[in-house]
Amino acid sequence: MTEQNPYAIITEDLDLWYGDFQALEKVSLNLRGGIITGLIGPSGCGKTTFLRCLNRVNERYGNVRTEGTINLLGKNIYDPDVSLIELRKSVGMVFQRPNPLPISVYENVVFGLRIHSPRSELKRSLLDEAVEQALREVMLWDDLKDNLKQKATELQLEQQQKLCIARLLPLKPDIILMDEPCSALDVEATAAVEELMLTLAGKYTIVIVTHNMAQARRISDECIFMLLGEIIEHDRTEQLFLAPKNPKTSDYIEGRYG
Amino acid sequence: MSEPVDNAKRFTKTPSVVRKERNEKIAQFVFLSMTLAMVLPLVLIVGFLVFKAWPSLSLDFIFDMPRNGMREGGIWPAFLGTLYLVIISLMIAAPIGVMAAVYLNEYAKDNWLTRTINLAVINLAGVPSIVHALFGLGAFVYAAKMGTSIIAASLTLAVMTLPVIIASTKEALSAVPMSFRQASWNMGVSRWQTIWRIVLPNSISGILTGIILQVSRAAGETAPIMFTGAVISVNIAKDQLFAYGLTDECMALAMHLYTISTQIPNVPESLQFAIAVALLGVVLLVNALSISLRVYLRTHRKW
Repeated sequence: MTEQNPYAIITEDLDLWYGDFQALEKVSLNLRGGIITGLIGPSGCGKTTFLRCLNRVNERYGNVRTEGTINLLGKNIYDPDVSLIELRKSVGMVFQRPNPLPISVYENVVFGLRIHSPRSELKRSLLDEAVEQALREVMLWDDLKDNLKQKATELQLEQQQKLCIARLLPLKPDIILMDEPCSALDVEATAAVEELMLTLAGKYTIVIVTHNMAQARRISDECIFMLLGEIIEHDRTEQLFLAPKNPKTSDYIEGRYG
Repeated sequence: MSEPVDNAKRFTKTPSVVRKERNEKIAQFVFLSMTLAMVLPLVLIVGFLVFKAWPSLSLDFIFDMPRNGMREGGIWPAFLGTLYLVIISLMIAAPIGVMAAVYLNEYAKDNWLTRTINLAVINLAGVPSIVHALFGLGAFVYAAKMGTSIIAASLTLAVMTLPVIIASTKEALSAVPMSFRQASWNMGVSRWQTIWRIVLPNSISGILTGIILQVSRAAGETAPIMFTGAVISVNIAKDQLFAYGLTDECMALAMHLYTISTQIPNVPESLQFAIAVALLGVVLLVNALSISLRVYLRTHRKW
């Protein structure tokens, strides 16, 4: 991140339609790099849709039309020369339910490397190193270093979710998108994953969708409140929760609807 | 609750509960007997066949040529012919069917064309085999000038099994959880890499099951091969696995059984039953091969 441009993600007048239904309306946002930005709002307000726009994986779901621009790290991702493969390498996503692939822990972490590196570069030592580094970064190494051959789908949910984050890291992503990453986890696992997010912030730009306002408050630096596909308010998290400017925001935060 | 409740009778059976419990028992019994009703005929049929065929059954029976106007001897040309037809037709239908299903399930957008194709596949699966036979006769034997030959008959069988293979493969592919694909796509993995590394390894047993089921159909059908490649009698070299060429006419077990039972007088009864047992055996043999392949792939899922 250069000093001149602190924004990692800039969207301008982003509109999105699923068929005839407009899910995003004139979304213009500037998201700072290297911090955690929380997206809150009631179900169906377009949080996940917006998230999926950021690595254009929306286009895999059929019948989606977008207008406007999304500028990631200084490049419009709708430019014709953008490769979806390179874009998604650099913008990873973590899902609501942990979805490790049904292969070993080790293979999960190196899955991306195996796909994206030429065969000659895939030295065993290099892969081993990548696995250790990624698992250390997500605080799983000590738990799993003796069980790297274990099937990833047999891990505890907390470990699975951390593994899903770990498998993005060998690809050296810039941005990590998280779609309600803790909603399938219990209290302790949520705390552990949140702690992990806080350690990853700074190194990566994190955008997290959450239904849990307390969570948004705990971990995000900035927060965005969305309603019916529109951005209602975007501010520093304390500011948004303590002194919301828009009455719709304060009503939502106080639990009058949603 | 106007009536006073006798506390000693609380939570005990009322007449309605007794009736429910009886119905429960009846339901379970009915479902169990239906399951047995399915297994029993199978055991009886196989047992009856083997019992009746016993005097004629031997290893020689399979590897011997028919003699004395097919009233004696073995069934080697028919046995080998059926193996040829089943294997060649599957070698044609399985790859095409699996690839078509991958396209339909993984790539095709949900539009009118895809829906039309899906509808066509389902309808084709229901076309009677005699219709396939006439199609094969017109398309392969006459139009493509293959003549009545193993290749024409195999192609006809392939056309017949193709829609079912497509349908069952699609079913197996759509059983792979969407979250696996999402995980993969979001790491910048292309569709094809996702299919090859994630979707196929996780659906291979379902795909093979669908194909296995078509083995028995290909082996058992008489109509599609009757006009296109199978004949009543041919002479081939004995004890040679590759005795048939692709353009030869061949004998086939199902056809042979039909001929022996209806066209030739004074055939010993046990011979007919022995042919039926051999036909069953071929199906079991090919099934066993596919099942062991499936087990192998499941345990060594690393491609």
